[in-house]
Amino acid sequence: MLREIRPAIVLLLALTAITGLAYPLAMTGIAGTLFPVQAQGSLIEKDGKVVGSALIGQEFKDAKYFHGRPSATLAPDPNDSTKTVSAPYNAANSGGSNLGPTSKALADRLKEDVDKLKAENPNAAVPVDLVTTSASGLDPDISPEAAQFQVPRVAKARNIPEDQLRQLVDANTKGRLLGLFGEPRVNVLALNLALDRAVAK
Amino acid sequence: MTVIGWFQIILYCAIVVALTKPLGWYMTRVFNGERTFLSPVLRPIEAGIYWMSGVDEKREQHWLTYTVAMLLFHVGGFLIIYGVMRLQAMLPFNPADQSAVAPDLSFNTAVSFITNTNWQNYGGESTLSYLTQMVGLTHQNFLSAATGIVLAVALIRGFARASMRTVGNFWVDVTRCTLYVLLPICIVYTLFLVWQGMPQTLGPYIEATTLEGAKQTIAVGPVASQVAIKMLGTNGGGFFNANAAHPFENPTALSNFVQMLSIFVLGAALTNVFGRMVGNQRQGWAILAVMGVLFVAGVGVCYWAEANGTSTMHALGLTGGNMEGKEVRFGIVASSLFAVVTTAASCGAVNAMHDSFTALGGMIPLINIELGEIIVGGVGAGMYGMLLFVILAIFVAGLMVGRTPEYVGKKIEAREVKMAMLAILILPLMILGWSAVAVVLPTGVASMANAGPHGFSEVLYAYSSQTGNNGSAFAGLTGNTLFYNLTGASAMFVGRFLMIVPAMAIAGSLAAKKSIPPSMGTFPTTGGLFVGLVVGVILIMGGLTFFPALALGPIVEQLAMNAGNVF
Repeated sequence: MLREIRPAIVLLLALTAITGLAYPLAMTGIAGTLFPVQAQGSLIEKDGKVVGSALIGQEFKDAKYFHGRPSATLAPDPNDSTKTVSAPYNAANSGGSNLGPTSKALADRLKEDVDKLKAENPNAAVPVDLVTTSASGLDPDISPEAAQFQVPRVAKARNIPEDQLRQLVDANTKGRLLGLFGEPRVNVLALNLALDRAVAK
Repeated sequence: MTVIGWFQIILYCAIVVALTKPLGWYMTRVFNGERTFLSPVLRPIEAGIYWMSGVDEKREQHWLTYTVAMLLFHVGGFLIIYGVMRLQAMLPFNPADQSAVAPDLSFNTAVSFITNTNWQNYGGESTLSYLTQMVGLTHQNFLSAATGIVLAVALIRGFARASMRTVGNFWVDVTRCTLYVLLPICIVYTLFLVWQGMPQTLGPYIEATTLEGAKQTIAVGPVASQVAIKMLGTNGGGFFNANAAHPFENPTALSNFVQMLSIFVLGAALTNVFGRMVGNQRQGWAILAVMGVLFVAGVGVCYWAEANGTSTMHALGLTGGNMEGKEVRFGIVASSLFAVVTTAASCGAVNAMHDSFTALGGMIPLINIELGEIIVGGVGAGMYGMLLFVILAIFVAGLMVGRTPEYVGKKIEAREVKMAMLAILILPLMILGWSAVAVVLPTGVASMANAGPHGFSEVLYAYSSQTGNNGSAFAGLTGNTLFYNLTGASAMFVGRFLMIVPAMAIAGSLAAKKSIPPSMGTFPTTGGLFVGLVVGVILIMGGLTFFPALALGPIVEQLAMNAGNVF
């Protein structure tokens, strides 16, 4: 058995060096050369400043923007570091609500949000993704229905025709890959950037 | 449920089956020590490692030596992870200034990664430095996966060999598995993932100013290189807290589909390795068929339950299924399929929050884990777990006809059956034992996030996941407490190693036996009757053991939900 000690140490260190250092560092170098944008986090710049990542959702509260899904992410409480406070779209601490199907807290939250959205747009059915929190709390997308649902509110806030907005939503709707994989979706940040550009014209 | 949804599921199964044979062929060559097309590049590195560590690649080991070598290797791996986590504040590659990880959390995480569990009591982006992610976690993702695979190979050799005292050389197997199987696939895979949008950088977290003028700190890091092995090695520990639900850890529907494939391919290919090594590939296909039956049944139930939604949602007029804790780009079908895949294998990565699944939808992952993760299973671990059930099934068949049972030319006798039972009984001991302790202790109950039966499900899931070395969670449970860190670590440790030792004892005992040619009275183990028998034994064992606990958790919750109760 004693002669197994040397390989246990040397072989472990050698494989650690290969898989724990050489491999990730080499991949960082190669990926950074081949796909520099993605490797850095698909960042979006506007007027030379980083406004976010194409893949990471951000919080929109203003009526003149399309809103993303509710987010359950948390941040440490600034007054008491042992506690956490709600901090939607905190991209340094991803996570979901973890509320179960029979949770009263979830049932109450759903009802409150549905009522709010019904008041905002009584003419359409409330899309389920607009009242449920995503798994990561950073979902960059909403369903096309959820974007269309918000058109009346945004149109009113911006004072532009609904038809123009609906076209903008359609132009920013991505279908399934090869008609098969994933679900149709609208990237909220991309849509809002396009909206700002369209209005500026 | 939609046609397009089912089409994705069928396509997924078809690709896994299509990859089984070529990968099985390649892996068989690797573990037989034959040349492969990568040998010109990798052979010098391999020989260099043996030379430095004083390994004689021609010398094979007795099963006990093989097991001890594996355990020594893990002691070292444990020390590296624990050391790096405790010292990360002083070490390089720490742009986010993460402080040292607490002792109990470091202990839990170190055990979690050497056992291929990757239970996440840590939150990646808020706790760990880049160095810890690379040297602590990425390296052990490789080595614990390689260990699982080579143990399965050693057990397969036990079946394939006759009248031999040895089962292979652990050092050679683990080196070859890492260099020839895991590393080449991961290099290509990493590039694919970055192309899809996954970050791979050592730079600091991004400070962005959102369109509405708020500050947003965006965590990045060397993500893709870790995610590649996390999936391929069925490890599952996330770079980020939200794991494969995080848009950086799973950016597109395509990256999601490929990640699901990579969870299953090596485990499925091992059934083919088994068939090739015992000299009849149909033996391997029969085992894959057992796995396939259980898998498709699980996917069907989970997809149906999630597409159905909850009664709370129905009451509010919400349609489109249960989207709480799911991402829009994956939707219901890719989330349900991922949940079943990750728990059928012992991966434990999640692209949706299992805690927010419907009661029945969340019960399927729980059952998958409690059956021992033998539906393809963790790389290697699934194969040796399944072979234990096969031994039991063969034993039952032998009892029915009153003949000494045989499997692939080996007599299955008292020693093998005892060892198989010992390994299988570890699961209920740890899962039900620790769950029972947790729900009577105030400190255990205080960690539950949901009230009512769902809170119990959270605890049951936590110990199932850790004992089964899965690592997924009903993540509402606050696992980062002294009680859960220590009891969980014991569940992971026992669940991994007390399963391995009896399996290796069987390997040694089988290798020493003579091989007997099949006769008229031999029970054929390549047909539908055999597949049905093994499925039956698995379901009866799992059902009898875990049904009472499931009745208290998900089943009663489903009934309460139908009655419109909330807690």
